[in-house]
Amino acid sequence: MVRAVTSFGRSGLSDWLLQRVTAVILVAYFLCIGASLLGGVSYAEWKSMFEGTAMRIFTLLAVLSLAAHAWIGMWSVGTDYLTERLMGKTGNVLRLAYQIGCGLVIFVYVIWTIQILWG
Amino acid sequence: MVPNVKDNRPVNLDIGTMRLPITAWASITHRASGVLLFVGMAVLLWLLDVSLHSAESFASLSDCLDNVFAKLVIWAVVSGLIYHTLAGIKHLIMDFGIGETMEGGVLGARIVIALSVVLIIIAGAWIW
Ligand code: HEM
Ligand code: HEM
Repeated sequence: MVRAVTSFGRSGLSDWLLQRVTAVILVAYFLCIGASLLGGVSYAEWKSMFEGTAMRIFTLLAVLSLAAHAWIGMWSVGTDYLTERLMGKTGNVLRLAYQIGCGLVIFVYVIWTIQILWG
Repeated sequence: MVPNVKDNRPVNLDIGTMRLPITAWASITHRASGVLLFVGMAVLLWLLDVSLHSAESFASLSDCLDNVFAKLVIWAVVSGLIYHTLAGIKHLIMDFGIGETMEGGVLGARIVIALSVVLIIIAGAWIW
């Protein structure tokens, strides 16, 4: 068995499941946002919507889901193309750099969201 | 491993020489839209940030959104979200074992692409 140290849950099955659970959470969140935007919102309505505890928790849940979903998704893409088989040794170096880059971006997204909600 | 197939069959795994079936297009577009969304989340988060920061910054958004380029960027991200979500839902349905045949796959891909085109056009109309 391949030991996948850079995958999210260290196991393909758990990553597979987590990607699906987080996908469902993300759909629910985007539907919720879309529904509230559809009729047009004023600043006051929009602002008070994000002041509610429930919406803050939902938004935080969504960004954490995004973090897991995107890590697993970008990992799948990276491990398909940035590989030793396709590019020789540089593939491994590039993939590592790519994963660090993805991780940093995800980290920024999470902190940024917290800052937007509570900053 | 015991070889149980004849090794002299012709093999063509050079994907560049194949005509991709609609299911393959649906699949690679799901991947491409996922990567687009990963980058596009920065745009959406920025929108959320500016829209919640203050009444002035909220109002300044509508100024900016008069800009055609800004509209295009947002439309692109929203389109990626629409396609990735519909194709993602198709994935989830297929994970339940529904539509896993060749015919089911082709039908699913057609439904996803058709629905996405419709929703993307509606989203474009809504943004403009
Ligand atoms: C919101 C931001 C999102 C980002 C950045 C994102 C990103 C990605 C990426 C990069 C992949 C990997 C694609 C591949 O391996 O080919 C992926 C896979 C997937 N996405 Fe998303 N996604 C997002 C939202 C969603 C939503 C809303 C759904 C809803 C259904 C969804 C469902 C899926 C599914 C089911 C997979 C797995 C596909 C597979 O196993 O091959 N994603 N996502
Ligand atoms: C998703 C992408 C974008 C968003 C959310 C966005 C958001 C904003 C915001 C909030 C402002 C107001 C700033 C202020 O007045 O303090 C603004 C102004 C402006 N943006 Fe953007 N922007 C985006 C992309 C673009 C792009 C790609 C361009 C052009 C190439 C652009 C051109 C402008 C211009 C010309 C203004 C000044 C408008 C005015 O004050 O009348 N924007 N934008």
